[in-house]
Amino acid sequence: MQARRLPAEQAMLARYRAMVLIRRFEERVQSLFRAGRVPGLTHLCIGQEAVAAGVCSALRPGDRIASTHRGHGHSLAMGADPDRLMAEILGRETGYGGGRGGSMHVFDAANGNLGTNGIVGGAVPLGLGAALAARNAGKGAVAVAFFGDGAMNQGVVLECFNMAALWRLPLILVCEHNGYGEFTASDDVTAGELSARGAAFDLPVQDIDGMDVEAVHQATAAAVDSARQGGGPGLLFCRAWRFSGHHAGDGQDYKDDAESRAWRARDPIPRQRARLIDEGLETDESLTALEAEISDRVQAAARRALGAPEPSGPLHEKLFA
Amino acid sequence: MTETRMTHAQALAEALIGEMRADPAISVIGSYVFGLGPSSAQMGRIRQEFGARVFDPPSAEAAIVMLATGAALAGGRPFVSIGTAAFSLVAWSALVNEAANVHYQSGGRSSVPAVFHMLHGVRAGAAPQHATSPQAQFWNNPGLEIVLPASPADAKGLMTTALRSDNPTIFIDHPRYLETEGAVPDGAHALPFGQGRLCREGRDVTIVATSWMVKVALDAAQMLAAEGIEAEVFDPRTLVPFDDEGLFASVERTGRLVVVDECVINTSVASEIAARVAEHRFDALRAPIARVARPAVPAPFSAPLEEMVLPSADRIVGAVQGLMRRG
Repeated sequence: MQARRLPAEQAMLARYRAMVLIRRFEERVQSLFRAGRVPGLTHLCIGQEAVAAGVCSALRPGDRIASTHRGHGHSLAMGADPDRLMAEILGRETGYGGGRGGSMHVFDAANGNLGTNGIVGGAVPLGLGAALAARNAGKGAVAVAFFGDGAMNQGVVLECFNMAALWRLPLILVCEHNGYGEFTASDDVTAGELSARGAAFDLPVQDIDGMDVEAVHQATAAAVDSARQGGGPGLLFCRAWRFSGHHAGDGQDYKDDAESRAWRARDPIPRQRARLIDEGLETDESLTALEAEISDRVQAAARRALGAPEPSGPLHEKLFA
Repeated sequence: MTETRMTHAQALAEALIGEMRADPAISVIGSYVFGLGPSSAQMGRIRQEFGARVFDPPSAEAAIVMLATGAALAGGRPFVSIGTAAFSLVAWSALVNEAANVHYQSGGRSSVPAVFHMLHGVRAGAAPQHATSPQAQFWNNPGLEIVLPASPADAKGLMTTALRSDNPTIFIDHPRYLETEGAVPDGAHALPFGQGRLCREGRDVTIVATSWMVKVALDAAQMLAAEGIEAEVFDPRTLVPFDDEGLFASVERTGRLVVVDECVINTSVASEIAARVAEHRFDALRAPIARVARPAVPAPFSAPLEEMVLPSADRIVGAVQGLMRRG
């Protein structure tokens, strides 16, 4: 991954690179899933790359994120090694958790990732704790908690809104609003407007086009700057779309086709590609070369993971520190 | 080593204050850490010295436990007061899905150095929602250290070790102990986990007990001695890690086992201890194992009914007498 805090033009390219890496990585996971090589369930973030890339590019070393069940993109955007991430998703000894955690339990503390998480809304209180620790440490670090619109109806998430605002903690609450909690439309299970809930806690809310990586980045950067200076938490609603369903293999027959087509037309990756070319920062050729390089990197990660050993124990090792 | 006589609550506070002085990463999340009444003075001492490191949380147990887990993952070392142990059930997912699993599922790369303190057990009129003893339920979740002190000295020694541990530690106290007094070693005092305490020696029967039941078991042992029956009382002190060797050695000496437990008897701490001895030291037994635990009903509010569910010295004596008649 590129280092963070680059000059603006390089940063735009870095965000494009991150999104393409996530897309290619997820597509490879999807094909491995279809081939029966992925144990358990896995949740892909195809379509939501702009949120991961836009948010994480506003962070610096020392900042931390807490992620969701749909967390491969967040992990990669924070700098995860594709080899080790793919290996964990395939349950291999060389993975981040030595195959003990899998897709929903990827911990990469060295890159500031406190873990993907299998509990809906689980990242929010974990991120809150990381924000508390950051404030105690007094070095100006911030924490990001990712969650979906489904998690907005978990009581614990609202408990955290209260504490984050009450204690003015440096926490960026990022709701990836893709319109569905598992297989249920958000509107079918939600009273009121989700983004209005921030006002009840005096949380500054930004409602963002989550399919535009630059919009996500700018909104996050503003919230991060405020939080670093003691301005307290911020709540970001990133409106996005889950192209590949709740989990790999989900046929999504519960969605309206026309609506899905309209969202797909707003795919964040071609949008950023066109922007880079239109602004004269890159050419079609240079980006095609970059994309090929990323594809090769992902293929290599899959090849290495498939060739890596499965864990053989001892079973009780690593239960306690 | 010099000692000072103090209450159980004060011993806990001594450990917490000593460790907070030594380690600036420790913070306290909780407003009434060691109970109300006279014990609340201990919290005043902590606030006075470490005000900026004390967080008064809202009543939101699930979020608080998760917050502490996140803080621990990010370099903090939180001490969390759950208060009444029944409230840990509100935070159940946070404790068993999150804190307990992190180290294992991260392949040993991340850990959760946090202490979760709570007060368990039947206490005058607590009724079903405040009398819970959740230790057996916790024991069913690998990845948690579980501590149950039964004296002021052990309270200080085990709390010190809990605060130094890099693992999530469930520290379960009994409110009946908070104002009891005992001699406590001065200065830093850390007791290793997984080492039980032989509270009393005896040749005829082993009584295993934890927390407040240690006191009740010692009362029973005194009553038995008057009848010429010499009971050993063994307190494992921590359930995870568990002192199997200490347990087995005692059973080998006596050949009889009564396990006393304030948990509801079904799948209780007593059940697990009985199963371990039955599996691994069956040949040492001269009589069946007896469990004296809470009957499987909610803890009643009424005083006479509450009396009926609580393991008592009389019930322990009766159980031991039954075993002595068997062989």
